[in-house]
Amino acid sequence: MAAHIVTSFDEELGNIDRLIREMGDLAHTMVTDATRALFDSDSVLALRVVSADAVMDAHQRALDERAITIIAKRQPMAQDLRVVVGALRMAADFERIGDLAKNIAKRVSAVSEGVTPKSLSHSIDVMAKLVMEQIDEVVAAYAARNAGRLEALRIDDEQIDIQYTAVFRELLTYMMEDPRNITACTHLLFCAKNLERIGDHVTNIAENAYYIATGRQLPLNRPKTDETTIAPDPA
Amino acid sequence: MTENTRLEATEMNMPAATILARSDLYHMPSTTVRTPDAEPRSAKVIARNVSVFYGPKQALFDVSIDIPEKSVTAFIGPSGCGKSTFLRCLNRMNDTIDGCRVSGQIALDGSDIFAPSLDVVELRARVGMVFQKPNPFPKSIYENVAYGPRIHGLARSKADLDEIVASSLQKASLWNEVKDRLHEPGTGLSGGQQQRLCIARAIAVSPEVILMDEPCSALDPIATARIEELIDELKQNFTIVIVTHSMQQAARVSQRTAFFHLGNLVEEGPTDLIFTSPGEKRTQDYITGRFG
Repeated sequence: MAAHIVTSFDEELGNIDRLIREMGDLAHTMVTDATRALFDSDSVLALRVVSADAVMDAHQRALDERAITIIAKRQPMAQDLRVVVGALRMAADFERIGDLAKNIAKRVSAVSEGVTPKSLSHSIDVMAKLVMEQIDEVVAAYAARNAGRLEALRIDDEQIDIQYTAVFRELLTYMMEDPRNITACTHLLFCAKNLERIGDHVTNIAENAYYIATGRQLPLNRPKTDETTIAPDPA
Repeated sequence: MTENTRLEATEMNMPAATILARSDLYHMPSTTVRTPDAEPRSAKVIARNVSVFYGPKQALFDVSIDIPEKSVTAFIGPSGCGKSTFLRCLNRMNDTIDGCRVSGQIALDGSDIFAPSLDVVELRARVGMVFQKPNPFPKSIYENVAYGPRIHGLARSKADLDEIVASSLQKASLWNEVKDRLHEPGTGLSGGQQQRLCIARAIAVSPEVILMDEPCSALDPIATARIEELIDELKQNFTIVIVTHSMQQAARVSQRTAFFHLGNLVEEGPTDLIFTSPGEKRTQDYITGRFG
């Protein structure tokens, strides 16, 4: 893309892009640390995640201010406008990812008090890895403005939903086996749900990034197979 | 004109699909990127392969476009891109320039505006024009508006003429500011008021199309906002074509936008689309400020 006649406009847009990528990297670190803290019962690492969330919030505010200033000052058009508006929305999703990671970190002490079946950590671990890959990929695909990869990401979210369903069933089984597991398993269920929600936010980010790159909105419908959602039988 | 059959005007209330199917615009060989409206309106002005030469120099290359009725069409593009030249073709203002030659076809409501039988003065009454710099006659406010209807014989009596002047000034949102000083000189008004006086003068002869060549570029933001509000109201009854250097203005007031560059019509489509995701790289570069 050719440079703007006004070079400071390019710098301002570059700053927006940089902040988005920083927020993406921070979100990745926070999710990694939160799940690591959960499996290792590492309360120090959990505290670090909680304090990182303040940085995330500060990033979002900085991005909001810069984006609003650009709109007021430059009245951006076409793909410039899409970058600015898309960044505002992506920042909100990254900020929510930060909140959800913080929520996982806050449950670390509660989970480590109970008895956690070892195999459980494994299935949540698989889910966490999927989520972290998704965050990495969405940041990279956004930076490369790769519409195809962004569209694929939305479909890949289904894997996280499937894994969440598996974790949900497994946790139910453990709770039925031994009521002493209930406290820890309930916290773990919330953690799994948080990871699933993070996946949804990544999907939103991918949809926004797709709009920035192409100027077109992805269709509303996408495959959904979260079987834990209770829906009445249409028959 | 033999091509007249091909340039048939679309009728009122025709279904959108019929309008599109009848228009040859989307099937003709052309480099212009075109996007039809989701709900197209029938065309008031149809231009096909219009080229303009100033002496040996070609200023406009094979421009083809439909101007939809009762809506605002904006022409944008850098200086010297041909947008004003094309605008002036629509009421044959280029006839007044020595050495200027126009080729191609332009039809207003299906009739050829270059037909030998056509009265140019009558054409310009049907296709009015408002210029960049407000240019009221050095006469009273009343006379500025009354002049057109009088020479075109639109008023049978003094009462008739008073009625036309009052309603034109009302339509131009100027009435309340000038009703007590109609016989003071028009040149004594502020710039924004003068421009609204010129719009009142243009609509006094009941035109069907109003061409506006950068009507706000000499006005302050408040006066500009008044003119934009006025354009929005006028589109209920008139077909409006506006040339503007302000992209924000084009985005605000128009329903369709046409982008000209180096004498070519590069892209035309719904305004919403042009300013959020244009189809042509040159359009994108221009509206985002990447070349001048």
